[in-house]
Amino acid sequence: MAIEVRIPTILRTYTGGEKAVDAEGATLAALIDDLEARHTGIKDRLIDNGDLRRFVNVYINDEDVRFIGGLEAALSDGDQVVVLPAVAGGAA
Amino acid sequence: MSVRAPSSPRLCAVLTIDQATYDAIVAHAKRDHPDECCGIVAGPEGSDRPERFIEMINAAGSPTFYEFDSTELLALYKEMWANDEEPVIVYHSHTATEAYPSRTDIGLASEPNAHYVLVSTREHGNNEGPVEFRSYRIIDGEVTEEEVTVVAQLPARSN
Repeated sequence: MAIEVRIPTILRTYTGGEKAVDAEGATLAALIDDLEARHTGIKDRLIDNGDLRRFVNVYINDEDVRFIGGLEAALSDGDQVVVLPAVAGGAA
Repeated sequence: MSVRAPSSPRLCAVLTIDQATYDAIVAHAKRDHPDECCGIVAGPEGSDRPERFIEMINAAGSPTFYEFDSTELLALYKEMWANDEEPVIVYHSHTATEAYPSRTDIGLASEPNAHYVLVSTREHGNNEGPVEFRSYRIIDGEVTEEEVTVVAQLPARSN
């Protein structure tokens, strides 16, 4: 079972420059573990203290995973996952 | 800390922007004052040409913080991918402080190929009058200010 994961520019150092990579997993957490096995170091950029980082957005088939179960969100073959860092900042 | 060479040859120490796009960014900043405004200017991948001005809503609606709405963020990036574009400029305003990246700006900067433009509206707020308009590269926590050159129109595409 293969799920395509779209990788943002800033994380392509972990994927040898690839814009999209394949990974497997029945949940987002499992998928991220599989990504880590293939692209060492990437998990730490996505997860902090066992939860998705506040300023990293992950979408499954265009839905922000925060609204569909977070790391427990279910995945199936052919799903499309997109990782996008938040565009955020400010004077504070 | 060692001085690092730019990671890509097209990184240059100047932001070249056309007058209409410059004016649109300034107008957005003045209109949204005292809240911070934010947006992107997209351009063909690898071209370093800020061609397509896209105003975004500050989902934080705050005078000290900005954030693109996550759904709008995805829609914007999908549109850019479909057009073979990338964010050439990521802009936002500071409304009470100088146009220099804050610690938050530096920590959250996630587009190594983009020019980070900051506009400060602290002097004149919503009113007419000059603003600070400055541009930076922010890569791995390192801030490099660059010159801003405003031209009547971008030069013709080389390809």
